[in-house]
Amino acid sequence: ELAHSYVSDKFFLLLISYFCTFRNAVLEFECNKLGHSIPAARKTGTTICGVVFKDGIVLGADTRATEGMIVADKNCSKIHYISPNIYCCGAGTAADTEMTTQIISSNLELHSLSTGRLPRVATANRMLKQMLFRYQGHIGAALVLGGVDCNGPHLYSIYPHGSTDKLPYVTMGSGSLAAMAVFEDRYEQNMEEEDAKRLVRDAIAAGIFNDLGSGSNIDLCVITKGKVDYLRPHDMANKKGVRTGDYKYKRGTTGVLAKAVTKLDLEVVEETVQTMDTS
Amino acid sequence: ICDFLCIKNTRGLRSQLKDSVPVTGLGTQIGAYGVQDTLRSGFSSVKNELLPSHALELSEKNFQLNQDKMNFSTLRNIQGLHAPLKLQMEYRAARQIQRLPFLQSSHLALDTLKGNDESISFEDILNDPAQSEMMGEPHIMVEYKLGLM
Repeated sequence: ELAHSYVSDKFFLLLISYFCTFRNAVLEFECNKLGHSIPAARKTGTTICGVVFKDGIVLGADTRATEGMIVADKNCSKIHYISPNIYCCGAGTAADTEMTTQIISSNLELHSLSTGRLPRVATANRMLKQMLFRYQGHIGAALVLGGVDCNGPHLYSIYPHGSTDKLPYVTMGSGSLAAMAVFEDRYEQNMEEEDAKRLVRDAIAAGIFNDLGSGSNIDLCVITKGKVDYLRPHDMANKKGVRTGDYKYKRGTTGVLAKAVTKLDLEVVEETVQTMDTS
Repeated sequence: ICDFLCIKNTRGLRSQLKDSVPVTGLGTQIGAYGVQDTLRSGFSSVKNELLPSHALELSEKNFQLNQDKMNFSTLRNIQGLHAPLKLQMEYRAARQIQRLPFLQSSHLALDTLKGNDESISFEDILNDPAQSEMMGEPHIMVEYKLGLM
């Protein structure tokens, strides 16, 4: 029935988009039936954490992105910008965290232009949780959201299904247990900035050295009222070694007995000009 | 080019009813000659027309509708029946400002009323209809719009 396919304006547009995208799910199912699996999404297999100190927030993250058992990116950036006073670390599927934080950052910018005020962390938190709940956990993004707004420093952890926790210290990712162990041991309220940075650095290092999914360097982001320090890299915990020897032979190792130079005479036979089609 | 092509929405009664009915059908688009249009909507199977092919398919298809229903019922409980009625009347009026169905309309008035001009979501980034390579059949779309189909 033709009327069934051409539903009125908005639904028509929506139907067009959804018919094309659910085709992917159908194709994936058919592929799996034949025995071929779709390539695994690149996960960040991460250690991310955040801590509230006296004047603000310190967020920390490692920099390894894995694709199954292989390191896909040795130095990826996991601390994403949301607004000048709010930053967000992302664990889980790399594309999901990237796109989610970018969408929320855009929406928060529009919102703050509309209200005329600096955005609040609670606003970003609510936008994120409503979006993640709408997609019922299919968007694999586990986030640590932190920032300083007019009400002080706030730190939230957001899970892929849409639940959030507001806490003084949080860790997420595959190395979260190692990092949380460090936090539980050494966290105190109202720390100084240097102590907080050292604590986060040690927590991420614990995740890097005890979890296979995390590695490479440690990135830190210190957010205080009116100032953001994005330290990338703060600490290169895993520097690649320098080769001490060289197997290449130096020039002159082999003695030259004779040298003969033959010149190749090339003459121009034909010259054509072909104009590029730049229209 | 297209200012003189903006027409009032003179839909037949049947097409107006389709606005508020939740989308439950999962069937694919019918192309020419009543056969499934493989080029535009991919391969088909009976299973895909009966069961959703993704857990979120039905929920996403009806998302905007359900949000509107929820908002209107909250508005009715807080401010009384006049509030959702007035808003729905404004939406209906704003929805009529558009180009012919096969052309790209900006829906500016409708977006402003609904608040979509202040938010960016996946519909704006992915699968933007303005970037689509295909256009609907002009004659058939206009005939449906006028309620002649």
